[in-house]
Amino acid sequence: MKDKLGILIVSHSFYLAKGIKCLIDQVAPDVAITVCGGLSEDEIGTSLEFIEEGVESNPCQEILAFYDLGSARMNLEMAQEMSDKQITIFDVAFVEGTYTAAALLQAGVDKEAILSQLAELEINK
Amino acid sequence: MELQKALKWMSLFNDKIQENKSYLSDLDTPIGDGDHGANMARGMAAVMAEIEGKSIEDTAELFKIVAMQLISKVGGASGPLYGSAFMGMAKADQTASIDKLLESGLEMIQKRGKATAGEKTMVDVWIPFISAFQKDQIDKETIEEALESTKEMVATKGRASYVGERSKGHLDPGACSSAYLFQALLESKVDNEG
Repeated sequence: MKDKLGILIVSHSFYLAKGIKCLIDQVAPDVAITVCGGLSEDEIGTSLEFIEEGVESNPCQEILAFYDLGSARMNLEMAQEMSDKQITIFDVAFVEGTYTAAALLQAGVDKEAILSQLAELEINK
Repeated sequence: MELQKALKWMSLFNDKIQENKSYLSDLDTPIGDGDHGANMARGMAAVMAEIEGKSIEDTAELFKIVAMQLISKVGGASGPLYGSAFMGMAKADQTASIDKLLESGLEMIQKRGKATAGEKTMVDVWIPFISAFQKDQIDKETIEEALESTKEMVATKGRASYVGERSKGHLDPGACSSAYLFQALLESKVDNEG
């Protein structure tokens, strides 16, 4: 797992994060995916602490991170600054971006090609 | 900033946040997710609990405690934003004048939130406050005017940006809590020398 890329999903909602993981597990059974959703099952929000856990529990050293709304990005950036792992945060359509990255990783596509595919899915968040 | 003044500042800020908790959440309801007051109240309560009975060595240590509590307890965007501001101030040169200290805070807010002036955010209170403070022309009215100016702005950053033009006509909740922060600073008798 060390030289592979992992995926981190960060959502304000527990169910949204889980739902996206369910969706992409279908196309990417071998990709390491960790999720951080909500403050609890029914509490909306993101927390630095949970994101750090999501980063640490992902077996990969390099992580592609996807998020739903702007404040999730701020917590992600703080986690990025504090972690030794290499985390890349994407401002892309949440579902489509995560799905694309997962499917391409499963197919063994290299990072550069994944980044260029994701660039097409960028949105103003 | 002298430690005693900084402690007073945080205590007065906490009072204002707790008193206006519902008002802040009400401001956040039409253009956000309605939880700014509750979030800030939870964060500042955690700050006060953490400070109480603790022997704090200096202002930098105090600001660091404030930062860590706000980052971990506030949630939303305001946790990382206020947390980063206090972290910036904790790392700043503590012997510098107060406007420089606040600038270090503002720098971190802008780094984290990427907002510039006129985007209907807390930055629209921080920038005019610091500039008036530098010129020693600061009073409650200056803060009020800065806050009031966010009313007619259209949000292009943060949760309010999703409602676009409709954000017009509402005060920005983050600008309002920042106005309380600076009113508390003035009431703590802090001047530019400390």
